[in-house]
Amino acid sequence: MALWTNIQRVSRAGFIGFLRNGFVSFTTVLIMAIVLFVIGSLITAGAALDATLVQLQEKVDINVYFLTDAPENEILAMRDIVAELPEVASVEYISREEALEAFRERHRDDQLTLQALEELDDNPLGASLAIRAKETSQYEGIANFLENETAVGGGAQIIEKVNYFQNRAAINKLSSIIDASERFGFFVTLFLVAVSAFIVFNTIRLAIYTNREEIGVMQLVGASDWYVQGPFIVEGALYGFAGGVLALLALYPVALWIGPASQTFLGSFNVLSYYGNNVGMLFFVLVGTGVVLGVFSSFFAVRRYLNL
Amino acid sequence: MIYFDKVTKFYNGGLAALDDVTITIEPGEFVSIVGHSGAGKSTLLKMIFAEELPTEGTVYFESNNIAHFRKKDLNMLRRKIGTVFQDFRLLPTKTVYENIAFAMEAAGQRNEDIAADVPHVLDLVDLSEKMDSFPRELSGGEQQRVALARAIVNQPDVVVADEPTGNLDPISTYEIVQILKKINDLGTTVILTTHNKGVIDSLGRRVITMDEGRVIRDDKSGQYVL
Repeated sequence: MALWTNIQRVSRAGFIGFLRNGFVSFTTVLIMAIVLFVIGSLITAGAALDATLVQLQEKVDINVYFLTDAPENEILAMRDIVAELPEVASVEYISREEALEAFRERHRDDQLTLQALEELDDNPLGASLAIRAKETSQYEGIANFLENETAVGGGAQIIEKVNYFQNRAAINKLSSIIDASERFGFFVTLFLVAVSAFIVFNTIRLAIYTNREEIGVMQLVGASDWYVQGPFIVEGALYGFAGGVLALLALYPVALWIGPASQTFLGSFNVLSYYGNNVGMLFFVLVGTGVVLGVFSSFFAVRRYLNL
Repeated sequence: MIYFDKVTKFYNGGLAALDDVTITIEPGEFVSIVGHSGAGKSTLLKMIFAEELPTEGTVYFESNNIAHFRKKDLNMLRRKIGTVFQDFRLLPTKTVYENIAFAMEAAGQRNEDIAADVPHVLDLVDLSEKMDSFPRELSGGEQQRVALARAIVNQPDVVVADEPTGNLDPISTYEIVQILKKINDLGTTVILTTHNKGVIDSLGRRVITMDEGRVIRDDKSGQYVL
């Protein structure tokens, strides 16, 4: 009962303080909103980067081309071995007939080539396996495995070529770009989050600095530490809540504005639809970050003056 | 009730603000402490509610050594002591009513008691009409009466008033002193520091005179002699 009364009193005092310190609250909420807006933008930029990288990764695979006279059961056996490898995400078998069909389809408008194809007695194309790795960096390992398989096992007679070795430079380059951009993104995010936390902490510290004499008076009246701190912590949470909501609202027109452009530029990723699909997540992250930052900052800022 | 035993206080290695002070204050007394600026009056008062601790010697409140109090005991101590300062020290973002209610809330009083007692003390200091005003909307004398109301609302054992009339005009000064006398008549110990000779001479109560951190006179029914 007594605890509940105290919680009510503290919350009420926090709300009233938030409203009555209008200008200080307004400024603090504004700074909080700007900081959370930056964090929200970072989350969106990170998602855009991820989507783009995934899209690029999906374009990469390696193909194993088999000789035209390779027996189908041996090819299928090899497919099963490759599918067992932990690095491999998927293996697709393309039979000779399918390859021919795809070739015809591709050269539909090229009568000369099709005629040349008709001249041949037999299907000139070999079967192939299209292998996709889980990570771009794993293609090297898979390719090496296939090469060993070629040298040692029975594969030697049936594999014509592995196209990784032609595309190796491009794949390695892409792999290192992906690594670098993920690492860079992580450090930039970390740095900006640290700067944001610092800015918020100092803003709230300044807001509470203006109340330092009040804190002393409250202590002299015999208020316990947490009874003095409580309302400021509630105020800090309110700064965070209001800042988070404001940041979320401010992100909408920006998403609306750059949505179509992002679609054109990034291909599959549309900032506006990302915002629409993740508005709940963004709300929790931004408001949650704001409230946590506000509460912690207030807690530590008030403690400094609880020295009587 | 309050006992200073050979108390000495140095601030950061400078001169002694208090020098070997030994005094006893009995329950129900009205004690005035006089002296020039820097004589150690404020330091003496601050030690009663433990805003400062002695460098040497001991301060006892009801035979407990204040220096040994934990934070929780300190809060309890401060709820037994009402404090009034020259600069009022009201909470600027709270109304008159809320300023006084805060002291009761902090002491964990029930809502019904707060609703009953706050108007009562406001009536006592004649500020019932201003209970929804903010401190900045009041005159100095009115602010000091709010501070006094806050100091007495928890029915403390002691009211400590540090230069309460220092910023006030003669009429406000008279009102504050009358209220302090009334509080004392109701049994509360009052400890007052002042520069105001008129206040001391009109009270005719115990006067402790300090100079350079020492007690130089202690008269049962004193006059202002400096």
